[in-house]
Amino acid sequence: MKDDHGLVWLGTPAFPQAARTALADTRLRANLKRATTTIRDKRLEAVAELDDWEQLRDAGAALKTRTLRHLDHHLERLEASVTAAGGTVHWAADATEANRIVADLVHAAGEREVVKVKSMATQEIGLNEALAEAGITAYETDLAELIVQLGDDRPSHILVPAIHRSRAEIREIFEREMGRWGRPAPDGLGDDPRALADAARLHLREKFLRAKVAVSGANFACADTGTVVVVESEGNGRMCLTLPATLITVMGIEKVVPTFADLEVFLQLLPRSSTGERMNPYTSMWTGTTPGDGPRDFHLVLLDNGRTATLRDTVGRQALACIRCSACLNVCPVYERTGGHAYGSVYPGPIGAVLTPQLVGAQHAASLPFASTLCGACYDACPVKINIPEVLAHLRAEVVEAKARDRRLPTPEALAMKAAAAVLASPGRLAAAQRAAALGGRLLARNGRIGRLPGPLRGWTDSRDTPQPPAETFRTWWRNNRKQP
Amino acid sequence: MRIALFVTCFNDTLYPSTGRAVVRVLERLGHCVDFPQEQTCCGQMHFNTGYRSAALPLVRRFADTFAEYDAVVTPSASCAGMVRDNHPALAERYAPPALQQQIAELAPKVHEFTEFLTDVLGVTDVGAHFPHKVAYHPTCHSLRGLRLGDRPERLLRAVHGLELLHLRAPEECCGFGGTFAMKNADTSAAILADKTADVTATAPDVLCAADNSCLLQIGGGLSQQGSDVRTLHLAEILAATEGDPR
Ligand code: SF4
Repeated sequence: MKDDHGLVWLGTPAFPQAARTALADTRLRANLKRATTTIRDKRLEAVAELDDWEQLRDAGAALKTRTLRHLDHHLERLEASVTAAGGTVHWAADATEANRIVADLVHAAGEREVVKVKSMATQEIGLNEALAEAGITAYETDLAELIVQLGDDRPSHILVPAIHRSRAEIREIFEREMGRWGRPAPDGLGDDPRALADAARLHLREKFLRAKVAVSGANFACADTGTVVVVESEGNGRMCLTLPATLITVMGIEKVVPTFADLEVFLQLLPRSSTGERMNPYTSMWTGTTPGDGPRDFHLVLLDNGRTATLRDTVGRQALACIRCSACLNVCPVYERTGGHAYGSVYPGPIGAVLTPQLVGAQHAASLPFASTLCGACYDACPVKINIPEVLAHLRAEVVEAKARDRRLPTPEALAMKAAAAVLASPGRLAAAQRAAALGGRLLARNGRIGRLPGPLRGWTDSRDTPQPPAETFRTWWRNNRKQP
Repeated sequence: MRIALFVTCFNDTLYPSTGRAVVRVLERLGHCVDFPQEQTCCGQMHFNTGYRSAALPLVRRFADTFAEYDAVVTPSASCAGMVRDNHPALAERYAPPALQQQIAELAPKVHEFTEFLTDVLGVTDVGAHFPHKVAYHPTCHSLRGLRLGDRPERLLRAVHGLELLHLRAPEECCGFGGTFAMKNADTSAAILADKTADVTATAPDVLCAADNSCLLQIGGGLSQQGSDVRTLHLAEILAATEGDPR
């Protein structure tokens, strides 16, 4: 599941093939449509309540841009603040290093199990799998993550990892698997949300009370105070953040914000964009350690894993501004039909299509920048104004250029594009090509339309007819009728 | 005002009637329009598919062809967006300063057709007559790229005899996306299926838009399903009169 760069990234199959499997799954498509439509409407309502939403977005974008520009400075300040508050900071260049640091810390605490707060960073580095190899069991405590873990599945959404599952499927997973991980599901479990949540609560409670070590991610970390922030909806995260004696937080280096006061902007932008709520139910903040309260030992692992390389690209670096709200997924026409698994990465949807190729190298995730219609809905929805279509187009060029460098022979597409460019470079050649198209079209058409064709055009013609090119182009018409002699 | 028509390579080849409609409307409003023969393509396909260097000569050709005009009008929101947003960005990265300057000056003079009518010429009633039920599909580039807003609807509402119907989910992408429809044909078809279902449920006589490329996709889907809804570029509706119906 991991490639050299450490990001949990399947690599194959490429997006179009992976999408085909998802598209054929009618239950998946129904689950996705229902979920994305609901949350989309909720988000629009929540956003419409604020008169200063656009200013907030601008403020969020500006803060992120400025922070990324001086990331080294803010990270050093963060390290100093966390250390002064009694925490320990570790720097991890890649997934392997981060996983080793966490496993060593768990072993040093004399433990063989940890409870986990939902976290993208730990998914990215494949922490659960790495801990398992080191003899440590990680228990996910977020409801959706629990469903994914019990179902031996992969998350398919940033915020709602089990979005692809229906209630009936969840009930079945709980009944079948809970007993193998701890307290089994109660007899006669129903599939209404309340019954499912109650079953999860009972199952998780014994884990919270037993665990000595917790692992979390971070939504933000303030450089000036050393405060780390996790926002969540269920309160399970708060249990992990307060009960265990040792707390280990793994955080992407881009999550730092300069000051505590900057949270004012992001804590408004994030919940409205992600769940369509005015405020998220649980916001946990901690600053180092406090005697007699919360964890006695706090470790912050600062993860690079491709981020400084991304920072070097002046167009692509805006992807690092992402606050993982998932609004772009919920409005994306492609995500809505294919779901998250087709993206082959823990970061699905539009943000995944621009982030994953940068973190692992564009040539390794070459199909992802093309997995978009460039409709721009993601850019409109993004609370920090990441111009995802711009980055997509930019990365497409990186992919094409990388392919041209690596291959001795050009791809068929590159040849076709070159031929098209040669035609379009001259009005005369274009006119000749148009005559050929009109002739070809006449041979293929029936009743003025071209139906299903074999070969490379099949993908297009299977679902759409094409009009027969008219005999007279505009250019010819103009010359024959309008041009002054 | 010296007005040039940028018809786009796509319309030139597949939809010449759209170009003729633009000419007819502008002349009816008392303007002269020129069609510089040197024009070919804005480079959108190459740019969006990742062939930046192949797009560059096309950017240069566009700049040279249209440099001397006061306004360039095009019946394609996506090509207008390409020229206005991406030409300057490409030039800034790859072109010499003189060309950068030329492109920066030209870009704001390029207008999508409905923008040109409402913003530059200041008209909403173009004297058209079209006694049919019409639904308007805002293409992604007109909706979120150029932010055409209600300009197209304003123009359509002023058309004599026209009854404007509304799609249930007008803002949904049709799934075309240029080469996306080839590279991700299955996903594109799945998105298209929802769009054609919306059109069929709305049951207009004609579906119109400001981009023939999206209409190629939607019309192609409708045709394959045996629907009798026609697709027509908005300019052709605005060009229609009692004496010259469409
Ligand atoms: S890219 Fe923007 S919209 Fe998408 S998850 Fe990140 S912050 Fe949210």
